[in-house]
Amino acid sequence: DTWISTQKKIHSQLSLPVYPLQENRQFGSKMTDSKYFTTTKKGEIFELKAELNSDKKEKKKEAVKKVIASMTVGKDVSALFPDVVNCMQTDNLELKKLVYLYLMNYAKSQPDMAIMAVNTFVKDCEDPNPLIRALAVRTMGCIRVDKITEYLCEPLRKCLKDEDPYVRKTAAVCVAKLHDINAQLVEDQGFLDTLKDLISDSNPMVVANAVAALSEIAESHPNSNLLDLNPQTINKLLTALNECTEWGQIFILDCLANYTPRDDRESQSICERVTPRLSHANSAVVLSAVKVLMKFMEMLPKDLDYYGTLLKKLAPPLVTLLSAEPELQYVALRNINLIVQRRPEILKHEMKVFFVKYNDPIYVKLEKLDIMIRLASQANIAQVLAELKEYATEVDVDFVRKAVRAIGRCAIKVEQSAERCVSTLLDLIQTKVNYVVQEAIVVIKDIFRKYPNKYESVIATLCENLDSLDEPEARAAMIWIVGEYAERIDNADELLESFLEGFHDESTQVQLQLLTAIVKLFLKKPTETQELVQQVLSLATQDSDNPDLRDRGYIYWRLLSTDPVAAKEVVLAEKPLISEETDLIEPTLLEELICHIGTLASVYHKPPSAFVEGSRGVQHKRLPGSAGSGESVESPDPGAAATETPPAVIPSQGDLLGDLLNLDLTPTTTTGPPPPTTSGMQMGAMDLLSGGLDSLVGLLHQGPPSLSASPSTTTLGGDIGGNPAMGAAFGAAPATMPASFNAPGSGGLDDLFDLGGGVGMPMGALNPPKAVWLPAMKAKGLEISGVFVRRAGVIQMEMTLTNKAMSVMTDFAIQFNRNSFGLAPAGPLQILTPLSPNQSIEPLNNLQVAVKNNIDVFYFSCQYPISMLFVEDGKMERQVFLATWKDIPNDNESQFQIKDCHLNSDAASNKLQSSNIFTIAKRTVEGQDMLYQSMKLTNGIWVLAELRVQAGNPNYTVSSVALAVRSLLCCVLLLTSCISVYFEDQHFVLIHNQSCLNSPTFILGRWKYLMVIQVYRKH
Amino acid sequence: MLMFPSDSLITSFVYSMSALPPFKPVTSYWFRLSQNGQNELLCFPSPASPPPAAMIHSLFLINASGDIFLEKHWKSVVSRSVCDYFFEAQERASEPENVPPVIPTPHHYLISVLRHRIYFVAVIQSEVPPLFVIEFLHRVVDTFQDYFGVCTEAAIKDNVVVVYELLEEMLDNGFPLATESNILKELIKPPTILRTMVNTITGSTNVGEQLPTGQLSVVPWRRTGVKYTNNEAYFDVVEEIDAIIDKSGSTITAEIQGVIDACVKLTGMPDLTLSFMNPRLLDDVSFHPCVRFKRWEAERILSFIPPDGNFRLLSYHVSSQNLVAIPVYVKHNITFREGSSQGRFDLTLGPKQTMGKAVEAVLVSSQLPRGVLNANLNASQGTYTFDPVTKMLTWDVGKINPQKLPSLKGSMNLQAGASKPDENPTINIQLKIQQMAISGLKVNRLDMYGEKYKPFKGIKYMTKAGKFQVRT
Repeated sequence: DTWISTQKKIHSQLSLPVYPLQENRQFGSKMTDSKYFTTTKKGEIFELKAELNSDKKEKKKEAVKKVIASMTVGKDVSALFPDVVNCMQTDNLELKKLVYLYLMNYAKSQPDMAIMAVNTFVKDCEDPNPLIRALAVRTMGCIRVDKITEYLCEPLRKCLKDEDPYVRKTAAVCVAKLHDINAQLVEDQGFLDTLKDLISDSNPMVVANAVAALSEIAESHPNSNLLDLNPQTINKLLTALNECTEWGQIFILDCLANYTPRDDRESQSICERVTPRLSHANSAVVLSAVKVLMKFMEMLPKDLDYYGTLLKKLAPPLVTLLSAEPELQYVALRNINLIVQRRPEILKHEMKVFFVKYNDPIYVKLEKLDIMIRLASQANIAQVLAELKEYATEVDVDFVRKAVRAIGRCAIKVEQSAERCVSTLLDLIQTKVNYVVQEAIVVIKDIFRKYPNKYESVIATLCENLDSLDEPEARAAMIWIVGEYAERIDNADELLESFLEGFHDESTQVQLQLLTAIVKLFLKKPTETQELVQQVLSLATQDSDNPDLRDRGYIYWRLLSTDPVAAKEVVLAEKPLISEETDLIEPTLLEELICHIGTLASVYHKPPSAFVEGSRGVQHKRLPGSAGSGESVESPDPGAAATETPPAVIPSQGDLLGDLLNLDLTPTTTTGPPPPTTSGMQMGAMDLLSGGLDSLVGLLHQGPPSLSASPSTTTLGGDIGGNPAMGAAFGAAPATMPASFNAPGSGGLDDLFDLGGGVGMPMGALNPPKAVWLPAMKAKGLEISGVFVRRAGVIQMEMTLTNKAMSVMTDFAIQFNRNSFGLAPAGPLQILTPLSPNQSIEPLNNLQVAVKNNIDVFYFSCQYPISMLFVEDGKMERQVFLATWKDIPNDNESQFQIKDCHLNSDAASNKLQSSNIFTIAKRTVEGQDMLYQSMKLTNGIWVLAELRVQAGNPNYTVSSVALAVRSLLCCVLLLTSCISVYFEDQHFVLIHNQSCLNSPTFILGRWKYLMVIQVYRKH
Repeated sequence: MLMFPSDSLITSFVYSMSALPPFKPVTSYWFRLSQNGQNELLCFPSPASPPPAAMIHSLFLINASGDIFLEKHWKSVVSRSVCDYFFEAQERASEPENVPPVIPTPHHYLISVLRHRIYFVAVIQSEVPPLFVIEFLHRVVDTFQDYFGVCTEAAIKDNVVVVYELLEEMLDNGFPLATESNILKELIKPPTILRTMVNTITGSTNVGEQLPTGQLSVVPWRRTGVKYTNNEAYFDVVEEIDAIIDKSGSTITAEIQGVIDACVKLTGMPDLTLSFMNPRLLDDVSFHPCVRFKRWEAERILSFIPPDGNFRLLSYHVSSQNLVAIPVYVKHNITFREGSSQGRFDLTLGPKQTMGKAVEAVLVSSQLPRGVLNANLNASQGTYTFDPVTKMLTWDVGKINPQKLPSLKGSMNLQAGASKPDENPTINIQLKIQQMAISGLKVNRLDMYGEKYKPFKGIKYMTKAGKFQVRT
């Protein structure tokens, strides 16, 4: 045996207590702490109270221990607070510590009593023993009671300058604690500056703790520039790095990772000083060091010798992490997954360490598998495939599934291996193990998409297993295959028909796929399948509640009924090939994640802003650009690289583009440009907008003739406060718009518009016509029509009140029901003059309004244009926009077209800008202009959209511009601004996801729909 | 004042015109079925107020039956109901080991490790490196083991106050404070029967009154004023071999995880150097902080002022790219015939590359397919057991005699009517070889500077099987 095991044996024979021994009880109950658990009687608290107040020190201590023991198991012993605090003034360090423990736990619930302890704390902070000074300052910081923190300041200030480094380092942490309780106090007292000074402390531990404290404080103040890193401080940190504890090293390394070196030389010198950390026994230190190196490596020219050395040095520590405990392995694997994507060369020779051992925990197995595929190459594919086949026969179902899928991914990634993969999959299908077969079919579908017309010979084998498929994904995959190769499968119609029987019980995925497949079949074999296609179209459009299905049904229906040739071009269009790129993390996200190696973000592969609480203000980190040689790793788009325009940050990946027609199965597997067919699908709903922006606006400026013709109208200008801050009073309205108010009959709409322009309405902003909100029939002769406009940052409701009754109306008042955006009248309705018969008063999206007069109270509802709610500061930061855009799941997006907009992208952009819809970025891909738009609503909701503008087709006389808008969440068609907007909650909560392409009525319905959502949210 | 009839009335009035799809309020978190079929977390509801940032907020200890038997909060108290998310994950996991180490909850993250059948669940609230937390939890386990000899629920409950004091000393506001065993022991003395009795009689405490000397020195791992009458330094070179051997007996992957553990009891401030015959083997190493890295880089010599007592001097990894010697071979024939309720089991072990050293403490285990009812086997040496519930076959072979190779032969009975099992059982082997490091690593010499006495020095080697698996 080894030295240490022998020695342990002797040790245990000599001195260690033996647990848990029954016979030890009568004698041993005095020996261990388990006795503290024995008193569970009712009078326990009273007994303890008596013991705590005992004169004997020993008894007191025992009593406090019992209290602590109760506390550890979650019992409430807060009733003993005064008695325990009384034991605090003691010379016995253990007793003091125990009382402190108790205090930290219960001070919050007994703040008044906690004050009693303050004096002892202040006294202890002056104790000659540094251990006691540190203990006191440490404990005080843990007592989260406002009143106490005031007393803490002076002792803390002394401790920060204490001669003993142990006290200083404890005090440094205490600043962070105090900041957490009362940030203002810490700033006022100048503790932050003292903390910054501690970075230059002579003791490395103090430096490390100061860095940790500053990092923590900086987290809540993202822009405070607390950790002002410059070459001098970096040097100090690097010196402290070598000498402080492992935990301190982690803090310092994480802090270093935030620094951006000035040039490649500085970058290299930091790397050189950080590399020894790779040999540290603490895996967290290793991973933090990897982070720093991965980041700073970006700046090193690739032709530098040191760059190669560094690459070599990174592999062994990463491999070593994999021999640690499974939990560590898991975190390491998630991070290696990122590293492998960014720099595959580091681990390309280490495939074998990722081979799965049968007793690895499942979470480790799945991660290893993922990395195996990433590392798969022509050189090692044989080995990998042999392993994967081995895994496919294991017991764990999840793992087996993933292994089968991995084989498919290999086929897609390594072209030379495709044939081998397919035959392996066929072998697996022969096993007839149900879930293996289903997975195999799903991946074979992907292989067909990558290598069309190559492996169709296997279709027969697949069809044999049709009956055993019970999972939606597998069924959908099979249906896709049948539809895609309908012309080669003799009984394709029978196969699809068999699926159609239980159409309504299928999942959406299968339904959509079935619809598409049958349409494909029809287009290929039109003669014998007419009945089938009609059946599926009616099932989809008439019997289904699912808008996606319904809409797709309509699209096909119209396509087929209007132009079968076009339908063929659209539905049977050549599909873009898929590639293995689709499994990769989108490059900008990857860059950000590399900056967060070792953190939770790296475990979840999501930017920290997506999920970590309290980090909303955290800035998105970017990798520094490469210096020196022009071999920049990024910039896939040469045009974007040349000019320094950030549009390159908009991912060019295919996952932004869903293929409406074919690709539901794998929503993220398209790469490259969208199929050209999409622009050909302009749907009926958009016809409504075909007049284009200009004509609509033009119409508005002329004003609706019916209104201007009315002889006795009074214009009433009213401000509506969208929120309290916008409180330009309603009552002040006559003052702001006196002309129109006091000029009955003379005004008319022209005046109104002039005035509106004068107040500062940007030219070209949209202005919808007035609508009748309350017909006279419903309101005993009072007719109200109105319009909403936004002028100079204020929402205004312009109403025309017309008295169509026989008598005079007086005593007007107005009130809004609770509504989604919290609109409220900024002041009371002031109509001074009584409204005589046939007289009307002018100048209020779904707003419920009650108008009262001497006759009755009338209720009506009107809709205000949503564009009115777009606030002027709706321009999102580019970085924020990008990150937000990426955070939104693909399912939340949908898209459609706007037909016949005679505007080029710049004009559209300007037009939208005037309605407070801002262009954040623009780029041009293959002749299409992509505009990235953001807008903000008065209640803080952000809306993001992407606009694709296709340059005009010269074959047409009128240059047509198709605006395809795709965006997030619940969609609302914005008639007025010719852009459809999908609403999104501030917290990225999905409300609904639909595409709306049908009829005008449908659009109106959707307007209301939005309101319902909002009302729902409020209650 | 005018009043609305009622909000809901109006709403229903206005919206009744269009048949609207029911809107479901969002209460749960959003998961998306990603391509690999796993549920991926998308986002969380945001908190009402920015949470206090703390590294480790709370710690819960949970035993195998799912009881929380200890909780410690370093900041405000987090309700133990947060553990419900952990229990959910535990329920979903087929095996205790399969509980994912990082579990998200609406306002916290749970990071857990399973050691000695106890889950150590840390609650964190802000972005914290998970490895940091896991490493810290390991340190907690090690400390408990160090203090109480074992790390069991009983031991922790018996020493709950010491445990509490230790946890308080190890972490301040979420920042690790003192995690080095030497320092901790100066702050809080480990309980022993003798000390407990003395404390009870004299009223003294087990909390140190002095500032631990090591805490701020340049060598924080070593306390000053160490004195021994017998000065000794022992080193164990222990290597574990991880390997996957395929059906045909060829090696798919093999690697070695090695450690050098030390037990140093030397007076004063000794400065040691340790050199190797073949240091080139060590290209992937992790050192104890006491090792001077520069010296190693330059001369491949380990130079260090050792901590007092037991510590791990270094761990190293010999990767699969090197030729790793395989100590044993297995001849196997495990077959099931289609349509038969019988299977054959035939296993023979033999030594391979052992440099003439004996292979001892051999233990063979294999998870047989679920359909296997029982096994009638005959072991040429040692004893075997088959657990009909877990289907685990275990064969305690003992020492391999190269002249008479151990074998285990016989038949397995399948459930009547059961089809031929799909999976092939994997054979797991444990073994020990004394006096040999399978990588061939050898210590050349150990020298001591800085002190005048002559210490007693000793080095032992041992090879064990780690995850040594043979596929059939």
